Amino acid sequence: MSYQWNWGVFLTPAAAGDGSTYLGWMLSGLQVTVALSLSAWVMALALGSLIGVLRTVPNRWLSAIAAGYVELFRNIPLLVQLFIWYFVLPELLPVKLGTWFKQDLDPVTQQFLSAMVCLGFFTSARVCEQVRSGINALPQGQKNAGLALGFTLPQTYRHVLLPMAFRLVVPPLTSEFLNIFKNSAVCSTIGLLELAAQGRQLVDYTAQPYESFIAVTVFYLLINVVVMSLMRVVENRTRVPGYLGGK
Amino acid sequence: MYEFDWSSIPGALPFLWEGMKVSLEITLTAVIFGIAWGTALAMMRLSPLKPLSWFAAGYVNLFRAIPLVMVLLWFFLIVPQLLRSVFALDPNTDVRLTSAMIGFALFESAYYSEIIRAGIQSVPAGQVAAASALGMTYAQSMRLVVLPQAFRNMVPLLLTQAIVLFQDTSLVYVSALADFFGTAYKVGDRDGRLVELLLFAGAVYFVLCLAASQLVRRYQKKLNAHVAH
Repeated sequence: MSYQWNWGVFLTPAAAGDGSTYLGWMLSGLQVTVALSLSAWVMALALGSLIGVLRTVPNRWLSAIAAGYVELFRNIPLLVQLFIWYFVLPELLPVKLGTWFKQDLDPVTQQFLSAMVCLGFFTSARVCEQVRSGINALPQGQKNAGLALGFTLPQTYRHVLLPMAFRLVVPPLTSEFLNIFKNSAVCSTIGLLELAAQGRQLVDYTAQPYESFIAVTVFYLLINVVVMSLMRVVENRTRVPGYLGGK
Repeated sequence: MYEFDWSSIPGALPFLWEGMKVSLEITLTAVIFGIAWGTALAMMRLSPLKPLSWFAAGYVNLFRAIPLVMVLLWFFLIVPQLLRSVFALDPNTDVRLTSAMIGFALFESAYYSEIIRAGIQSVPAGQVAAASALGMTYAQSMRLVVLPQAFRNMVPLLLTQAIVLFQDTSLVYVSALADFFGTAYKVGDRDGRLVELLLFAGAVYFVLCLAASQLVRRYQKKLNAHVAH
């Protein structure tokens, strides 16, 4: 096999003539990946915490609804969910809203919104399970003590259970946070130009597949390292003394 | 309001079934090779030989840090070239299915190895000590004492991972390989009925995976009850 390595390709101006280099394409893909993952993560954390709390409340209907929510998002492949958000939902919306989405928004915004909502809901089901297991890991006495002090149930959650539960689930949430960056690569399939998609585009434009893929892989490894070290700081700060792994 | 028209699905069922067979084939190969190679990796990781344990740790961490889509793209790039240069294949042979199987197997083995490592470590150290006191070698104590106990506890986790893997096989879409999802998409695109076909595909995955995960859960309960007695 005679493959011509050419690492200089990243510094050559892109053939599309937009005045950017191929490295510039990579970096803009990296930006999209980071923006997408972070916004979806905020959504997943908010929704997941809410549903996670609902799964533990002493109300059969609420916890059944929350359990159904989790099963729905966990048993359909991410790719299928993404296509449903992007291709199916705009058709099923009321006509006005659907037309607005399909015609008035520019394609990049459409792709980004669908991808964000998809990743947000998908990850929220996983966050929910972690939050639930965190709440369930607390001794039963904590909740009883809160109620005995005259707190209402929402107050008990707000002041007693959740502050502890969130600190306990930081480590598993770290791995969900890492997953959301990896899962964002799936969004290249609807044409969103994030990191993986830029890598494939570079292959088409430069015919240097190995350099392109190696660069994309290195960027994902970098994201991984940065997120892990940030979360290690968070873990150290929130660790509960007296628990396993605590100080 | 959107008017549903499901009429293109009945005629497409034979194609969809062919696609489902491809999905199941990839899942099955990846589960079998993933568990085999994953066990080897886990034992290397726990081995006292430093280079082996470093290799396994590097392998597992590398694969777990990269998105599956990226891994698949790599394998669709490299495997065909490798196979062609080694076996002198006709350049027109379709090796996408083989590439997908190899890619999934090597990728999933990293995840399986972490499950298996945790399983091995959950076996009390006294068991290994007892085995060596009986005169067993390291390999014998692993094979006859540790692994059988570890695997029994791990079965539910390994099966859950298989369900995740089955869902992930839909990502072979990036190589336009006709698995279940790819076929559904193509039929929907052809007939202008993408909405119905995508919803149908989602429903099929949902029913299959929910049923499978309920079975795993029931098995887990049985196992727990058995251990408790």
